[in-house]
Amino acid sequence: MLIYTAKRILLAILVSLTVSALVFSLLYLSGDPATALAGERANEADILAIKAAYGFDQPVYVQYFKWLAGAVQGEFGNSVYFRLPVIDLITERLPVTMTLGVCAMAFALLLSIPLGVLAAMYPNSLIDRAALLLAVLGQALPSFWFALMLIVVFAYWFPILPASGSDSWEHFVLPTIVLGYYATPAFMRLTRTGLLDVLSSDYVRTARAKGLRPAKVLFKHALRNAIIPVVSLAAVQFGFMLTGSIIIETVFALHGAGFLAWESISRSDFPTVQAVLLLFSWFYIILTFLADLLNAWLNPRIRVA
Amino acid sequence: MMNKTPRRVGLKGLALLAALSAATWLPTPAQAGKADDTLNIAWDRELPNVDYYYNTSREGIVVNRLVWDTLIYRDPTTGEFSGLLAESFEIVDDTTFEFKLRKGVKFHNGDGFSAKDVVATINFLLAPDTGKLSKQTVDWIKGAEALDDYTVRIYAKAPTPLATLYLAGDIPMYPADHYAKVGPGGMGKEPVGTGPYKITKMVPGKEIVFEANADYFAGSPKGKPAISKILQRTIPDVNTQIVELTSGKLDWIWKVPADQAEKLATLPSLNVVSAGTMRVGYLQFDAAGRSGKNPFQDVRVRKAVSYAIDRKAIVDNIVRGASEVINSACYPEQFGCTQDVTTYEYDLEKAKALLAEAGYPDGFRTEIYAYRNRDYLEPMLGFLKEIGIETDLRYGKYAATRDAIRSDKVPFAFMTWGSGSVPDADAIVPVFFGDSPDDLARDPEVQAELKKAGSTVDTKVRLAAYKKALSKIADEAYWLPLWTFSTNYAMSQDVDWTPTADEIPRFFFAKWK
Repeated sequence: MLIYTAKRILLAILVSLTVSALVFSLLYLSGDPATALAGERANEADILAIKAAYGFDQPVYVQYFKWLAGAVQGEFGNSVYFRLPVIDLITERLPVTMTLGVCAMAFALLLSIPLGVLAAMYPNSLIDRAALLLAVLGQALPSFWFALMLIVVFAYWFPILPASGSDSWEHFVLPTIVLGYYATPAFMRLTRTGLLDVLSSDYVRTARAKGLRPAKVLFKHALRNAIIPVVSLAAVQFGFMLTGSIIIETVFALHGAGFLAWESISRSDFPTVQAVLLLFSWFYIILTFLADLLNAWLNPRIRVA
Repeated sequence: MMNKTPRRVGLKGLALLAALSAATWLPTPAQAGKADDTLNIAWDRELPNVDYYYNTSREGIVVNRLVWDTLIYRDPTTGEFSGLLAESFEIVDDTTFEFKLRKGVKFHNGDGFSAKDVVATINFLLAPDTGKLSKQTVDWIKGAEALDDYTVRIYAKAPTPLATLYLAGDIPMYPADHYAKVGPGGMGKEPVGTGPYKITKMVPGKEIVFEANADYFAGSPKGKPAISKILQRTIPDVNTQIVELTSGKLDWIWKVPADQAEKLATLPSLNVVSAGTMRVGYLQFDAAGRSGKNPFQDVRVRKAVSYAIDRKAIVDNIVRGASEVINSACYPEQFGCTQDVTTYEYDLEKAKALLAEAGYPDGFRTEIYAYRNRDYLEPMLGFLKEIGIETDLRYGKYAATRDAIRSDKVPFAFMTWGSGSVPDADAIVPVFFGDSPDDLARDPEVQAELKKAGSTVDTKVRLAAYKKALSKIADEAYWLPLWTFSTNYAMSQDVDWTPTADEIPRFFFAKWK
């Protein structure tokens, strides 16, 4: 188990390094950072001065390794655009993204699992069809459009919720619905399929034959097994939500880390982009790792494997 | 003039417009700003740093004018100069400017303003390796000298035609002692100026609160601010801004797309105004062949392209607002921007004939580089197709596109230039025709005239030189100047505010109706 864990951690570090190196080279392909930073009015001399002042005149690999040496020591440097420590920028904005991510995940699970269970309990019924419709809508609606419609209805027609900002819990209601709803179909379909599969298995039939109460059979015996793939999916979806929150944060003017990443990419602010993406990739890796552990806890057979 | 071609409305905009249209029967919400004397404004991007010298965004210019003052002031309507922090000023000779400073002016932190602050600001700007971004606007300065506590001289390295414009806009005065203590980092967090508004709260990326400076000095051409508080919020999505404006939570927004602006103009609670900016669009040809042998080295091909594009139709139907077609390679209201040049009206037959004469009867294929306004670009490519010019579009980010031009890779490009809102042809023509890396014409005659115009403060000489340069540029069709860009402002009917052609909202002039 120890060797397995060590291997996973090593793999995580390699993935992080690959991500950071890729991002670094891709950003350079999108234009000279000094030109972007200097702005339109700058002449050649301005750009040269900025290159020297910010160290962009050094070879790319030197810049990359310098950054890497700092990052290993927890020092991500200063944002070239904001001229502030990157770590401060991220810690200031991460709570918004994390709050949104956790709320959206909770919303998605609370909506999709009961729907999935109902759909599996009454397959091909009206309930199943309604749940399917909900799932198809969730997948088909572009999130920006859905977001705007919610804004128009709940902030303009019936002004009960704010359209933008992040000052109170009310500000998170609409973004949570949009971000969470997008993830709902996958959870719902997986719960339904998994549960249908389990409900027709031998051990459930045996449990029923033993005269156990239907609720106990469903929740204690069937759902516990059917939910295992949902746990894995939730970990992956949470990673998607962090990146997906970029659009949602833009529409609702939530100033989180996702929006910071997008802004920084468009401004070639390397240190910030690097740090945010590295952080997001770590989240992704850690969540996948934790999902494996949770699966092992839920299903002892995985532990043996 | 509207709706001759299908409108280009994004899916988001379409959805929002439909929803807002459906809501027009609802009662108009009350505007909150006037009731608590707070002007609620929004823009779409985050300021990198409130410290003006570390900021190249337009929003940074707006904040600069609110929080800081310059030595002199240029009236945006009349173009007249007057004293601001200086009571009076005198141009002693071509390279010497003398300023008599106002007495009793205080910075927001209580420090008194004097010649020491002017000298310290200039010395900071001249210091190397400070990482400041606005180099071009200050590198003409040789130094500053305090003659006494309230008299200061600024010396230029050489006669600089734009010196007074820079002094009136781009060189705000900082408090010497405070800036020495806190530096750019501190100034970015807690800005201190002498301006009509002071920043009392700032949450990066989210909001800035400006409060009227009760001690603002009498006699300032900016006047005492009439609105006691301005709350600026950063809302990246224009559709969200529109909902906030229509629901009364915002009083003022700008850069509203033409389609939405037209729709908003129908709402009785709002006032929508379109005003010019100094940004112009142009097609740039590699006439000098810097990117290798290409058809645009032939003047007949450049003229053919110029005749082939119906700029008026594009302006009337797609660009709209206060935009207008231009023929000279500058913004019409800039000093020296003569309009008396060769023009190229839309004439398809002439274009085809010129192309055939140049040896391309069936047209040719070329790369075109661009970085913005694809909706304007597409119809131009359509017009080019009609004379047989097929294009491979290289659409990228601004920095990458300009890098490509400067490194001689671009035969043909659709670009724009805002002149940094400087109302003088010197802020645009020499950049693209003055033997710079952006100069794809490399015409020695034009370069010589521009050098002449840029090295004297004699207005007659300058006007004559620009006339010659711009005429040659038009005759040779080195550029096809396209149109001016405009900005649509939407605001509550309660707000009394008028835009200026330099696209710098001056909120110290705003008041409630």
